[in-house]
Amino acid sequence: MVATTDPHIEIRDLRVRYGTHEALAGVSLTIPRGVIFGIIGPANSGKTTLLKCINRTIEFVAGTQVSGQVLVDGTDVFDVRNVYELRRRVGMVFPLPVGLPLSVYENVAYAPRRAGIRDRSTLDEIVERSLRQAMLWDEVKDRLNLLGTRLSGGQQQRLTLARSLSLEPEILCLDEFSIAIDPVTTMKIEDILRELKHRTTIVLVTNLVQQARRLADHTAFFSASQLIEVGDTESVFTRPRQRLTERYVMGDLG
Amino acid sequence: MSADPVNTRDRPTLRRLAAVPAGCRGLTEPLIEWLIRICGWSAILFVAAIFFFVLREAAPMLFGKLDLVEFFTSTDWQPTSEVRQRYGILALLVGTLHVSLLAMAIAVPLGLGAAVYISEFSRGRTRETLKITIELLAAIPSIVWGFIAYMVLGPLIIRVTGAPVGVNLFNGSVVLALMSVPIIVSVGEDALKAVPDAYREAALAMGASRWEVIVRVLFPAAKNGLLAAVLLGIGRAIGETMAVLMATGHAVLIPRSLFDPVRTLTATIASELGEAVKGGDHYRVLFVIGLVLFAVTFVVNFVADVVVKGVGSERRA
Repeated sequence: MVATTDPHIEIRDLRVRYGTHEALAGVSLTIPRGVIFGIIGPANSGKTTLLKCINRTIEFVAGTQVSGQVLVDGTDVFDVRNVYELRRRVGMVFPLPVGLPLSVYENVAYAPRRAGIRDRSTLDEIVERSLRQAMLWDEVKDRLNLLGTRLSGGQQQRLTLARSLSLEPEILCLDEFSIAIDPVTTMKIEDILRELKHRTTIVLVTNLVQQARRLADHTAFFSASQLIEVGDTESVFTRPRQRLTERYVMGDLG
Repeated sequence: MSADPVNTRDRPTLRRLAAVPAGCRGLTEPLIEWLIRICGWSAILFVAAIFFFVLREAAPMLFGKLDLVEFFTSTDWQPTSEVRQRYGILALLVGTLHVSLLAMAIAVPLGLGAAVYISEFSRGRTRETLKITIELLAAIPSIVWGFIAYMVLGPLIIRVTGAPVGVNLFNGSVVLALMSVPIIVSVGEDALKAVPDAYREAALAMGASRWEVIVRVLFPAAKNGLLAAVLLGIGRAIGETMAVLMATGHAVLIPRSLFDPVRTLTATIASELGEAVKGGDHYRVLFVIGLVLFAVTFVVNFVADVVVKGVGSERRA
């Protein structure tokens, strides 16, 4: 596996506090372009916080203090004026399925419409492509007018995924995307992700250590708000440099 | 440090606590169930009883000598004429509709706007202050509103617009709007608050602006609650009596401008029932007006119900 040297996201000394709780204690990390970058670690280790910083959804959490830099293509996201445009470039899938109270079609067309796409046939194409990529098309193609909230949990999760793919983001942040999806469908989506990574850098936060192992090109291990170890997935899993990493990937911890 | 309340109890108490549900379950549960059932059915009982009472008082006139065509199409309201009493409520009906519609035109945007502000934009102390103040506004008795309309708003209208009288359609609508706003705000705010934060986050994370989130996500998600808010506001506007009696000028005529005095159905009942001879024609006609009000509210509620169901099922198909 050839790792590209072209950095897509550079995180420099990122510190995040929620009130008195320190969620990230100075993390520096480089995520190359065109890879799947896995982030693993026990609960409350700062994985999700890191993800939320990349498209600044961290700002929804009241009372958060952030310092440090998150550079996307060399530009600090915290200096970005047009945060809406940033969030269209950096897609995000949250762990709990959220079908917006709109039709399936409008759920997926939501972001493209906000981005100013009005042409019906273009929207049709985007909706079909995104739903196909999220492995949902066959199940909903005959009922695109159904209210998104009426799909099953797993379907809503894939709808969320389709929605985030609708604008072909250059970075896709997945936070536990497969938590509500059955294993067979998960495998199919993982295949799609492997294809997608050639034009979309994917940051994958997962509690399933094996998912990181089979999917990620690089893996970072977080524990207690710190980055413990990062490297290509193979060496992190087979030759971890840190004792903590070894215990975690072996399943002794967390 | 306070101890666990359960652990602070002595043993006999604990045993008694545990014993009560077990011992009496056979009796308590059905009893509570019946009590609750009665509470639920009582609503229907009360509505039916009120309707029956009003109908009984109105019936001799309604099915007797009242000319229904004249009743609904004439603007001639002369219930106390010594020569010939005439009962035409067209002007009163038009007055009620005008005042209510105009009040809603003011109150709905204002109320929903305030609800959105409180729920989505204000925080901490500002939010609390606003909520308390608005609840206070809802608690002001309607006679006080009438007083404000008569003493403050009326003269102000005359000074600003040069209208001959200050108590008129516009005055009544503004006062009704101000009375409806608190209801719309608090019910509407509850509806918006009930929308899960996950919706907001998901939409914002896709690059939507806050305004787009409000219009495209929150409004559809909260539509039933928001409609209920508007309905309660309309209900208040149509049913309000005391304040409109003082604010509208109480003149039986079809208004030609915003600043013409009008009279409403409710105000007519309130002002004339006391003088009407019990059991007389005038008395009974006032009860027929009560039935008309009943019908109007019923139609409003029914239409709203259909709208809510319609909006919901359109996308479900």
